[in-house]
Amino acid sequence: MTSKAPKVIIKKSSGRTRESLSEFKFDQKQIPLAKEAGLRDYRENAWENYQKLSFPSLKDEAWRRTDIRRLNTGAFSFPNKEIEYQGPPNKLLDPVILGDGRSGQIVSGAIETQINLDQELVRKGVIFTNFHTAEINNPELLSKLLGKIVSPDEDKFTALAAALSKDGVFLYVPKNVVIDQPLHSLYWGAGENTAFINHILVWLEDGAQVTFVHESSSPKGDLGSQVFHDGIVEIYVGKNAHLNFVELQSWGQNVWSFTRERAKVMGDGKLDWIFGAMGTQLTKNFSDIDLVEPGAEGRISGFYFANGTQHLDHDTQQNHLAGNTISDLLYKGALMDESRSVWQGMIYVAPGADGTDGYQANRNLILSKGARADSIPGLEILADDVRCTHGATVGKIDEDELFYLYSRGIPKDEARQLIVMGFFERIMDRIPFEGVQNRFKDAIIDKMSGG
Amino acid sequence: MSALEIKNLHVSIDETPIIKGLNLKVNKGEVHAIMGPNGTGKSTLAYAVMGHPKYEITDGDILVDGASVLELAPDERSRAGVFLAFQYPVSIPGVTVANFLRTALNARHRHMEPPQGDISVLEFRKLLKSKMDLLEMDYAFGGRYLNEGFSGGEKKRTEVLQLAVLEPAFAILDETDSGLDIDAIRIVSEGVNAVKGPNMGVMVITHYQRILNYIKPDFVHIMFDGRIVESGDQELSLLLEDEGYDWVREKYGLAEAS
Repeated sequence: MTSKAPKVIIKKSSGRTRESLSEFKFDQKQIPLAKEAGLRDYRENAWENYQKLSFPSLKDEAWRRTDIRRLNTGAFSFPNKEIEYQGPPNKLLDPVILGDGRSGQIVSGAIETQINLDQELVRKGVIFTNFHTAEINNPELLSKLLGKIVSPDEDKFTALAAALSKDGVFLYVPKNVVIDQPLHSLYWGAGENTAFINHILVWLEDGAQVTFVHESSSPKGDLGSQVFHDGIVEIYVGKNAHLNFVELQSWGQNVWSFTRERAKVMGDGKLDWIFGAMGTQLTKNFSDIDLVEPGAEGRISGFYFANGTQHLDHDTQQNHLAGNTISDLLYKGALMDESRSVWQGMIYVAPGADGTDGYQANRNLILSKGARADSIPGLEILADDVRCTHGATVGKIDEDELFYLYSRGIPKDEARQLIVMGFFERIMDRIPFEGVQNRFKDAIIDKMSGG
Repeated sequence: MSALEIKNLHVSIDETPIIKGLNLKVNKGEVHAIMGPNGTGKSTLAYAVMGHPKYEITDGDILVDGASVLELAPDERSRAGVFLAFQYPVSIPGVTVANFLRTALNARHRHMEPPQGDISVLEFRKLLKSKMDLLEMDYAFGGRYLNEGFSGGEKKRTEVLQLAVLEPAFAILDETDSGLDIDAIRIVSEGVNAVKGPNMGVMVITHYQRILNYIKPDFVHIMFDGRIVESGDQELSLLLEDEGYDWVREKYGLAEAS
């Protein structure tokens, strides 16, 4: 790369407007203690940012379609250690990707943290653990890598997550280590007015390969009380490394989730990111891919299905910061009842990033009169020789298609389900894991049959 | 005897009368051809029997085995034994032919008295293959998305495949020959012949008589201005081939036809 340091666009909140939201009740004393100076600095700096920054508001471009003023900020506290919370159902503990087995699993959140990792991988230098353990065993490495991809000052929620993440997953794969079986983590929330703040750090050194499945979930919940989730996901894919990252959320309907996620992909590295959203009352998610060296490739396949009064806002950014990089994004969603989705996507091509191939598409299927989808694609191209295409559609179920299915004896509900499944088929085609497909299909059937 | 009966049927689209008093009885095992110039209501008849919501039945009745189906939704009519092979089958993105047919078959099983369980994947695959053999279809069709990117001939053949799998009591073929070359007509017709039998009544709606060279009708009806105006045997269709529809227009008044 010969071009000058390219500018990455990060959507920050202006920090100027005060909203009616009151401050959280979190306290500086809740910052997890760290012996390592770098970690301490990182968290203290994040806390300062958190205090300094205002809540984002409808006046901020990235937040103008998502109103968070009903977030019950004053109510949240961390899970009480004295309380035994409802645990996750067994099916969430089963490997979502079937194979001979699993290389490792971490379960954390409202229940006691459990960590398993294949001893063979431990010998190879793979780290797959929570932050607490990593701070004891690998403090320098964690400190060196933390906060390199997502900066704690990007907005108030990000700063809070950086400062207070009690629950974190640290996955480190050394150079040229190839992990055959997938790694799985489950982040389980529960309770009322509880706060779940986590930080995922995935670091693949050059030539490393792994499939990592991260799931977030909680009981169905009662709309009367809120649960707060705040998270950061940082991903580094080294040269020639290959990461399959499957991220599924089936949070309860009372969860308000704020997540800032970014992946940095180096030369000839490849990221295949699958993203499935089914739960939450409100989601505000930022998912960015930075392709920083030639040959880097990033693919995002997202799906969502909202019902009730869910509001799902996904903001994606494909940053081509070097030439000959490829990005390919497809998000598909269906919306029922009074639910709403927002997808705002941007392909950014830096000056000099010639030979870029960028694609983004968002397709929405509206299943009820009261549902709504906002789909806003965007291109910002500062290089000459590029190929960028995008598309966005919002449509309804075709009555002729329904009649055709009826005429074969298929009843209304099943006919609608079949058409919805067909709508998602192209995204399912991009997901090579049957377990992930089935989990989504089950959720669709559950929601469409009034579950 | 089991029959599809249409009695004094009147159908309107957007309050415009299209079918104006049509009577027809199709017994099981019989093949009836409905012929007529364009715009006389042939396709309207097909859609009305199937129960499309746009077609309003203002008078008369449609009966299957003596019971009126007017109050039944299209999917219920289908399960009561009525099948419509569409002139323009729509495509259903992302839904494979096999998945679609298995869903349709299972819906039938579930609504039987007493209800039957779903067909096993293996059993279904066997059934589908045998029907595809009958229609000289490549097995790969099962995995293709329904009608997506299909040629005209492939679409019509897929309609007949559905007929073969679902084995309805009464089948209406709506211009199944339109847009097909003579080879495709032969293949599709042979498929219909292989499927029909003493347990199926067939209504072949067509503009041209050529498909009737392959699917031999027991009765031929000429439809004009929303009614059946002439009925006979295959001689009638041959007459139409020789002389066209002008004599029909002259005989039955062209005044309101346009």
